[in-house]
Amino acid sequence: MKKEKKMTMTIPAEELVGAGNLACQGCGANLALRYVLKALGQRTVLCIPACCWAVIDGPFPHSCMSVPIYHCAFETAASTATGVKAGLEMIGDKETTVVAWAGDGGTFDIGLQALSGAAERNDDIIYVCYDNEAYMNTGIQRSSATPTGAWTTTTPVKFPKDRPKKDIDAIMAAHRIPYVATASTSYPEDVVKKTRKAKSFKGTKFIHIYAPCPTGWKSRPEDAVKLGRMVVQNCVFPLYEIENGEKYTLTMKIKDKKPIDDYLKLQGRFRHLKPEQIRAMQEEVDQNWARLLKKCEAV
Amino acid sequence: MKKVIMGNHALSYGAMLSRSQVIAAYPITPQTQVVELLSEMCADGTLDAKFIKVESEHSAMAACIGASAAGARAFTATSAQGLALMHEMLHWASGGRLPVVLGNINRAMAPGWTIWTDQNDSLSERDTGWIQFYCASNQEVIDTVIQAFKVSEALAIPSMVVLDAFALSHTYEVVDIPDQAEVDAFLPPFKPPFRVTPDDPRAFGGLTSPEHYMELRYKLQKDMEKVPEMIDRTGREYEKRFGRYLGLVDDYLCEDADIILVTSGTAGYTAHVAVDEMREHGYKVGNLRIKVFRPTPFEIIRRLTKNAKKIAVVDRNISYGHHGMFAQEVKSAIYGHGECKPVFAFIAGLGGRDITPDSFREVVDHTISHDRPEEEIGWIGVKR
Amino acid sequence: MSKKKEIKKAVLQTVEDFPTMPMSLGNMLWNKTGSWRNIRPEIKLEDCIQCGICWKFCPDMSIEIENEWPVVNYDYCKGCGICAEECPVKCIVMVEERK
Repeated sequence: MKKEKKMTMTIPAEELVGAGNLACQGCGANLALRYVLKALGQRTVLCIPACCWAVIDGPFPHSCMSVPIYHCAFETAASTATGVKAGLEMIGDKETTVVAWAGDGGTFDIGLQALSGAAERNDDIIYVCYDNEAYMNTGIQRSSATPTGAWTTTTPVKFPKDRPKKDIDAIMAAHRIPYVATASTSYPEDVVKKTRKAKSFKGTKFIHIYAPCPTGWKSRPEDAVKLGRMVVQNCVFPLYEIENGEKYTLTMKIKDKKPIDDYLKLQGRFRHLKPEQIRAMQEEVDQNWARLLKKCEAV
Repeated sequence: MKKVIMGNHALSYGAMLSRSQVIAAYPITPQTQVVELLSEMCADGTLDAKFIKVESEHSAMAACIGASAAGARAFTATSAQGLALMHEMLHWASGGRLPVVLGNINRAMAPGWTIWTDQNDSLSERDTGWIQFYCASNQEVIDTVIQAFKVSEALAIPSMVVLDAFALSHTYEVVDIPDQAEVDAFLPPFKPPFRVTPDDPRAFGGLTSPEHYMELRYKLQKDMEKVPEMIDRTGREYEKRFGRYLGLVDDYLCEDADIILVTSGTAGYTAHVAVDEMREHGYKVGNLRIKVFRPTPFEIIRRLTKNAKKIAVVDRNISYGHHGMFAQEVKSAIYGHGECKPVFAFIAGLGGRDITPDSFREVVDHTISHDRPEEEIGWIGVKR
Repeated sequence: MSKKKEIKKAVLQTVEDFPTMPMSLGNMLWNKTGSWRNIRPEIKLEDCIQCGICWKFCPDMSIEIENEWPVVNYDYCKGCGICAEECPVKCIVMVEERK
C-alpha cells in the first residue's frame, strides 16, 4: 500500500447497530440510529413504537442491536420511555440514557399527546424523531410530516396533500424544554454533536432527524445522502437548535440558498408537480426560512 | 395497626406497603383519592417512589409497562373510561409478562356519564390476560394488593384489584393495616430474571411470526393455570403472618344448600342477609362470592355447587346479546361435570342502582318458584 | 473498530425453547443481506485517499476499516450504491453482481 496514513474518522468508530438488519437499501433510518448511538454509546436503552425500526431490528427471536430495545405500542414512545427512565432510576441506575426512537407518524400524529405530556413534565429522556415524511412501515401513507404536494398512497396525485408539514419543532419549543434540534443524516458529525449536547441536559430533549427513504420517496438508493444534503442547502429542512423554547441558533448557515427544483427532481413522489405548484412550494420554503432567520436574530 | 379508612385509601396503603416504586396515574372519579394519597405519601417520603402525573390513562399504563420492564415495581389505579382507554396497553402488560398491579374502581361505562358502580369496565377486560380479584371489604382490598404483587411477580402476569365505586371505594371501614416490616418479609423486592438493561441487551416484543406467536401465548395460559394454586399458597403464607386468608371464593353455607347464590363485590355481603333470612324460613340457601374471576376458579365452582339443585347468579354487569358474565363463567364451569343443574342468570345494580336484601329476596323467590329459567335474563329492579 | 460479533442464531423447536417474555435470544448476523444485491461496490484502493466517507455513509455497516483501509463486507452489503456516489475521488465503482 501507500504511505502510512490513518483513516479519517470524523465520528466515533463503535457500531451499535448490527449488520444483517432488515432496512431497505439506502435507508436513512438506518443511518440515523447508527449516528445517534455512536454519540450515546452502549449505556443506552431505546423505546421504539410501531415504525420502520419496529421491523428493521429483526424478528423475534433475534435483534441486530447491541443496546436493548423495548418495543412499545404506537402512541407510547414518550410515555414508555418516561416509565423506563423512572424504573431504571428507582432500581439505582441513573446512568443509562433512555431514548424514545420514533418515526414521524408516531411523533407528529398518534404519539403527539404522550410526547407533549412528557415534555410538559420535562421527563429526563431524549426523544428522537427520524422523519421520512410518511407512514413508511405500513406502505407509504401520509402523515402530518408529509410535505405539501408529495405523493403518498393516501395523497394520490389527484388528491394531493394540501396542508403544510406540521411544525413539530415549534410545538416542542412551546413546551420550553431544555433542547430542541433538527439534524440530517447527511451531516453525521452534526447528528453526533447535537446528540451529545442533548445528553448533557437534564429534562426532555427533542431531536428531529431528516431521514431519506428511497422506497417511499421513489428516489434512487444511492441518492439518499445527496438528498439529505440538498434539503439543508435549499433551506427546506434547516439545521438549528432551540434552547429553553426561546434561544434559536442556526447551526448551519446557508450562504448560497439553492432553489428546490433539483431536490424535487430526484424524487418520484414529486414527479407529478406542475410549475405553479413548485412555485408555491418555493414560496412556502422562502417564508419559513425568513421566519426562522428572524427568530435566530432575535436572540 | 387498626385504622378507619376508605376503600380507595386501602388501595393506596396496599401499594405503599408493597413498596411500589413507580406509580403513573391519571385522575378519574371515583379513583381520585387513591392517587391523591399516594401522591402525598411520595411527597412526604412515606413512600420512596416516582409518581408520574401522566396526561392520560393510556400513558399511565404505558409508563407502568416501561417501569416494570426496567425492573421496578409498578402500580396504577383507574376506573371505567380510564380502564377502557388502557385496553390496548392491558394486552401489552400481559403479553409482555410484566407484573403490574392495577386498582380498578368498578364504575359503569358512559354514555350517559355516570360515576356509580357496575362491573362492565373490568369485565370487558377479562380476555386481556390479567388476573382479576374482586373485593368486598376494605380489609380485603389492602390484603389483596399485597398478595397480588407476590402472585404476579411469581408468575409474570399482571393483576387488577377491583372494588365497587362508592359502595366500597368511599366507604369507611376498620382496616388492620399490616406492619411494613412484616410486609417486607412477606414480599421481597422485585427481581425479574430479564429486564431492559444495557448489561444484557435484548429486543423485547419484536415482530413475531406465526411460527412463534402461539408458543408465547401458550406459555401465558399455562402460567395462568398455575395462578389458583399460587393464590392459595400465597394466601396461606399471608395467613401465617397476618392472620387472614383470602382464597379464591367466599363460601357461605354452600355445603348443604339447595340453592346457591353466586355473587361478587359488595353485593356478595348483602347476599348474606338474604341467605340468613331464607335459612330462618327453612330454605337452604348458600352464597358463593367469587373473589377471583380470572383465572376462572373452575374447580372450586364445581365442588361447591356439586350438591346444589339450582344456581342463581346475580351479575352487576351485562354482556349485551348474552347475559351477565359471572353467569357465563358459572355455566361453563359446571357444563359437562356432573348433572346439569339450572343456572338462573339475574342482572341487578347496573349504573349504581342499589342492590338490597330485597333484591336477593326477589332472586331467591323467583328461583324457588321456577324449575328452570324461563327467560335468558332475570332483571332485578328495572322499572317495568 | 468494533469487536467482531459472533453469529448467534436461536432455533426454537418446542415450547421449552421459548423464553417466557417475548424477547430476543440471538442477533441478525445469520441474515446475509448480501443476497439482496444486484450491483456490488468495488473499491480501487490505489486511488483511495482514506477519507472515511464511504465507511461513514454506509447505512448497513458493511464497509469496515481494516488496517486503515476500507473493506466491503460482501456478506451484508445490500448494494445501495451510496459509497460509490459519495466517494470524493470516485474510486468506488458499482459493478453487476455475479451469480
